[in-house]
Order: sequence, then structure tokens, then C-alpha cells
Amino acid sequence: MMSALFAILFYLATLLLVVGLAHRIRTYATTPSPLKIPTTPAPMTNGGVVLRMTREVVFFESLFKANLWTWGLGWMFHASLALVLMRHLRYFTEPVWAWVVFIQPFGLYAGITMLIGLAGLWARRLFVERIRYISTPSDHLMLLLLMVIAASGLLMQFVTHTDVIAVKGFFQGWMHFSIQALPTDIALVVHLISVVVLMAIFPISKLLHAPGVFFSPTRTQKDDPREKRHVSAWAKKLESES
Amino acid sequence: MADITAPAYRVIPIIPALKPGAMEGNGPYVANDKIQEALGFPGELPEDWHDRAIAKMGELLGKYRSLKVFMDACVHCGACSDKCHYFIGTQDPKNMPVARQDLMRSVYRRYFTLPGKLFPKLVGARDLTREVLDEWHNYFHQCSECRRCSVFCPYGIDTAEVTMAAREILDSVGYGQKYDNEIIGKVHKIGNNLGLPPPALIDTMEGLEEDVKEDTGIDVRFPVDVKGAEVLLITPSADFFAEPHIDSLIGYAKVFHATGTSWTLSSMSSEAANFGMFIGSYEQLRKIALRIREAALELGVKRIVVGECGHAWRVAYSFWNTLSGVGDGADETDRFAQMLQKQLDHRYKQPTHICEFTWDMIQRQAISLDKEANDKHIITFHDSCNVARGAGMGGYPGGQFEIPRNIIKAVANNFVEMSPETTREKTFCCGGGGGLLTDDLMDLRVKGALPRMEVLQQVVDEQNVNFLAVICAICKTQFSKVMPLYGMDRRMVGGIHQLVSNAIKLGDK
Repeated sequence: MMSALFAILFYLATLLLVVGLAHRIRTYATTPSPLKIPTTPAPMTNGGVVLRMTREVVFFESLFKANLWTWGLGWMFHASLALVLMRHLRYFTEPVWAWVVFIQPFGLYAGITMLIGLAGLWARRLFVERIRYISTPSDHLMLLLLMVIAASGLLMQFVTHTDVIAVKGFFQGWMHFSIQALPTDIALVVHLISVVVLMAIFPISKLLHAPGVFFSPTRTQKDDPREKRHVSAWAKKLESES
Repeated sequence: MADITAPAYRVIPIIPALKPGAMEGNGPYVANDKIQEALGFPGELPEDWHDRAIAKMGELLGKYRSLKVFMDACVHCGACSDKCHYFIGTQDPKNMPVARQDLMRSVYRRYFTLPGKLFPKLVGARDLTREVLDEWHNYFHQCSECRRCSVFCPYGIDTAEVTMAAREILDSVGYGQKYDNEIIGKVHKIGNNLGLPPPALIDTMEGLEEDVKEDTGIDVRFPVDVKGAEVLLITPSADFFAEPHIDSLIGYAKVFHATGTSWTLSSMSSEAANFGMFIGSYEQLRKIALRIREAALELGVKRIVVGECGHAWRVAYSFWNTLSGVGDGADETDRFAQMLQKQLDHRYKQPTHICEFTWDMIQRQAISLDKEANDKHIITFHDSCNVARGAGMGGYPGGQFEIPRNIIKAVANNFVEMSPETTREKTFCCGGGGGLLTDDLMDLRVKGALPRMEVLQQVVDEQNVNFLAVICAICKTQFSKVMPLYGMDRRMVGGIHQLVSNAIKLGDK
């Protein structure tokens, strides 16, 4: 019963995540950029844009320039999350890919640094006057949700061991639309429900910063307005009218 | 004006504490019905302003990827929160870039997102009420669209884009700003922001020829409407009149004279400024830019050179090719742009900044310079926000920083830099940009100048700087106005071509 419920929840959450994100990305991709608005220092070539975006997405270059504390905590959280996610691939692959085996120990400790990063970001939100001023309830709840996910995960790893073999069996089955038994200890239930919630709200929340950054014209545009004429479809229509 | 005083310099420039409500108010003067209707906007707030505003917002979200992505992507990380000169100078939390954006984002969430429709309180969404609209008019006219926040945002969110959208929505419901819209009306009607009619322009230029002749003994020409000239100079109309702007105009004329370049002004299109950008209207932006295209075609010029003006250079460099075809690289089938691009000389970048022109001539040793003529000046350079963050020069990254500095070093012996945290792409706005250069916003302008004045004071105290070189008409006017309030001489500010004008040796070559 429990297993079936979770299986359905994960199917729904996955559907929401994939369809919601695809729809959002499509909107971003099809909305025109009528004017050239890259921000300095703007690259002049496609290769330059790729480099800039890589620095931005991998190292958070702009945030680094803005505020070292936010950068340190934010980068620690995101890098840890990336490792944790990659580590979780072991529940979806059989045999487990070699590189996933390799990062397993790092992935475990990344859970801890992820939690520290989140706690630091929350402290900033609570105690720095400016950041407190701009925070909405959802900003706090988002951090809470991520911390619950991290903490419940760590709990299972270091305190109340869960039958991970069974968990893996459940997800292996889930991927082939077959419902397998899922352990029912409380840490796992909390962990999985939180993840379901996170997946479901991803396409309608500020988590859209993840796809958004790839469509931000100030970062993705080339600085070549004098060399190449850039006209969007709706702007071109103004020309035929005049 | 009498009761406006400058805020005290911060002893250590730490992030200021918040003073909620410090800049609450009615904002700048609202444009009257005549001004509004001349631009095709409603004359006053209509009955159904709410629905119209939301519809306009929806339209803009579909037309501008920037706005769409920026409304969604912000995570309230606070990277931008201490970067705005108006926040630093006023301490009003709504002048933090993220909070300014949230004035609009809260409405976006309410009407265009599911969580905002279902749980407005949770995600900080709110209805568009009359109070919110008033708040927009006030706080979206406390942003100079300088883009400093955008440099630091991890997603590149540019508050300037949000401010432009807000102003466009305000215009669409008859709630425009008097200063900007009145000026745009003048450009359409007369050809420049000052409302200087062609005969007066010709008269003024003749007067200048006499002045320069008296000064130097040389016939430096200031031609108007000369067909077949090589260069069409498009410069802010303040250059024709205002101090210290006019000294730079003399500088451009001397460079053209010394290099034997035939050039002309256009009486029909005698304005580089384009306030269409300030109000975010693509249509206005385009309509103003088309005057330049028209003048270029009519006069048959080979090059278009732009005078010292910040936002005008952003519009010229980044937008002209898009708006009016002044540039290169149009498709073969693009008849609108090809018509002009075939006429222009593509050995040169089109358009060319006057600094690019002058630096090119200096490198070719086409002009001779007497650096000692500027020895009384100890010079520092203020990067104008729109040049620094919205445009380029020289065809290489950072050219907009190097070329003006190279010119200063070529024409003068004493040059010092201000704090690197406040120059180049991190430069502060002068406090008067983005369509805020009006007396009814003087309190804001004085406060917004604080961070620049602080670092200027530093180099004045430590290195005896006595000349602030800029390449922007708004910076020149704004600094001349606010510097006395900070205890500095208003004559300290001047254009780079004022320095060129001092140093250039005419009749040598």
C-alpha cells in the first residue's frame, strides 16, 4: 500500500517536474530578445560565451564578485548537492557505474557540507538585516525543505540505518513500472516525501533559477551589435509597416 | 533645492543600515495629458487602468525574454542588495535592486504564476492596487538603469530591464514621467532634447566658429547640413549650449579640423540622447533612432560619429544596428538595413565613438599634442555607467575602459585612478542618469551621487585631483550640479575632449 502510494507520488512528481520544466524552458527559448543587452565584461565570440557561462554555472563568478560569504555558502551547498545527486545514481543503476562507485565516499560527506551550507544561508537570511528584509516565507520554507532532505538523508546514513538494498529494489522496480516493497522507517518516509515536494514545486518556484541562468540575455549574448544586425521577429514587423 | 543637503561621507564605507520609508513619496512630476498624448499614451489614468496594466505586463513578458527570465529567476540571495548607489545614498530598502524588482515581481507572481494565485502571502505576491502603482511611479524613478546590480547578479538579472518595463506599463496607463516624456516630444517635434530649432543651431555654431577663431586664430569650422560630408556627428544637444559640455564640442571640431576630416551636424537630427530607452519603449527608441538614419541617408555621409554621451553611446553601439541599420552585417535580403549599410564605409566601425575616432588619429600620429597644456590639471576618470556596462569601444573587450584612459594619458601628464571597486564595470552612476536629471528629483540625485563623491574626495585629498574627466552629458550636468553640495568646485568636471581641445596643436599638420 505504502509502496504503491510512493510509486504513484514519484510518477506524478516526475511528470510535473519534466513537463513543467519543459514548458518553462520552451517559454524562455521562444520568447525573443529584441535588443542586445550583454553586461560587461561581455565576450565577443560564441566560445567566449560558453566560457563565461561555464564560469558562471560552475564557479558562480558573479556571486564571487558580489559577496564572499554568500558565494562560499552558496557554492558549498550547490557543489555538495551535485555530488549527493550523483551519488544517488547508485539507486537507479545496476551495475553501478564505476565513476558513481568512485564518488561514493565524497558523496556521503557532501551531505554534511550541504547541510552546513544551507544552515549558513539560512543564518544569513535570518540575521542580516537586508537579506531578512527581502525574504518571503517561501524563501525560508525552501531552505527548510532542503535541510529536511539533507538531514533525513544523513540520519539514515549515520544514525538509523535504512535497508538501502530494499530502497534500491523499489526504485529499480519503479523505473520499470513494477511496484516493489519499500522500507517504512520514518527517516526514509520524510526524506522521500520532501523530495517529492521539491520535484513538484521546481517548475513553479524560484528553483527556476537553474534553467533561467541559461536564458539570461545579459550573460548569454555575444557583444557584437555593430558587426551583426540583430532583429527579432516582432521588431522586424515594425519595419515593414513603416 | 535650498533645503537639500548632501549626506555625510561614510567614515568606513560599510553597508548602510536600512531606513524603511526614507524615500517614500510621490516620485517625479507626472506628465500631463498633452505630453502623454503626443507620444500616443493615454492622457490620464483610465477607469480600467488595472486591467490595462496587467495586459501590458503580459504583453511585455511575451516580447522580452529578459523580463520573463528575470521575473522567475531571482532567489533573493542578496548579492545585489548593497550595490545600488541610490540604496547607499538613501538607505531606503526599496532601493535595493532586488527589492525594487520585487515591486514588480510581487505583481507578476500574483497574476502570472500558480503559487502567487493560490498562496499570495507565502510567495510575497500582491494585487496591483492604486497604492502599488503609486509606489512603482516613485521607486522605478529612483533607478538610473545603470546596470551595476546586473554585474553582480549570479543570473545576470538586470534591474534596468525591470525598470524599463515598469515605466512602459506606467506610460500605457497614462502615468508617465513629465521630464522624460516632455523631452521625447521635443525630439520628435524639433529634432533635439533642448528644443533648439535649426536656425538657432546654425546661429550657435557660427558663434562658436567666431569664439574659436578669437581663441586660436584658426578657422575651425562647425558645419551644419553639409551634403556629402564624410562624417555625420551625432552629439547630445547639451554640447551646443551647456557648460562644460560645449568645450568638448570644440574639442571634436578641432580634432576633425586637425585631421582634415570633413564633417557635419544635422539640423533635423541634432540629438544623440535617446530617452526612449529610459522609458523602456521600443517604439520610441526606434522612432528617435530613425531620425539619425534619415539624416545619414539624406546627407550621404560615410561615417557616423557619436559625441560624449553615456546612454546615447549604449543606444548607438548596442541598439542602432537593430533599430535603424546603422552598423554592419545585415542580411543580403534585409533591404531596410542594406540601404544604409551600403552607403557607410566599413573600414571603420559604424557607429564610431568620438573617443575611438580621436584615439585612432592619435595612434596614426595624425594630430600633434602638447601635453603640458593640461599640466594644471590632475585628472581622474569617471567611467560612465552606460558606456562601461552597456556598450563597448575599439572592437575588443574592455576597449571602453582603455580608449578614454589612453586619450587622457596622451593629452595630459597627470592621471590617477579612483578606487578600483568603483571604476570600469564596477563604476557607480553619477546619480542623475536614466531619465532622472530633473530638478524635481534633486534630493535623490544628491544622495545618489554619494558613493562616487566619496571616492572622488579620496583622490582629491590624497592626490590633489582637480579635474574629473567624463564622457557623458548627463554626468557633466549632474556633477556640476551636485559637486558644490559636497563642497567641491563645479568646474572640476569636464569632458575628455575638453582636455584634447587644450592640448591639440592646430595648424601643425
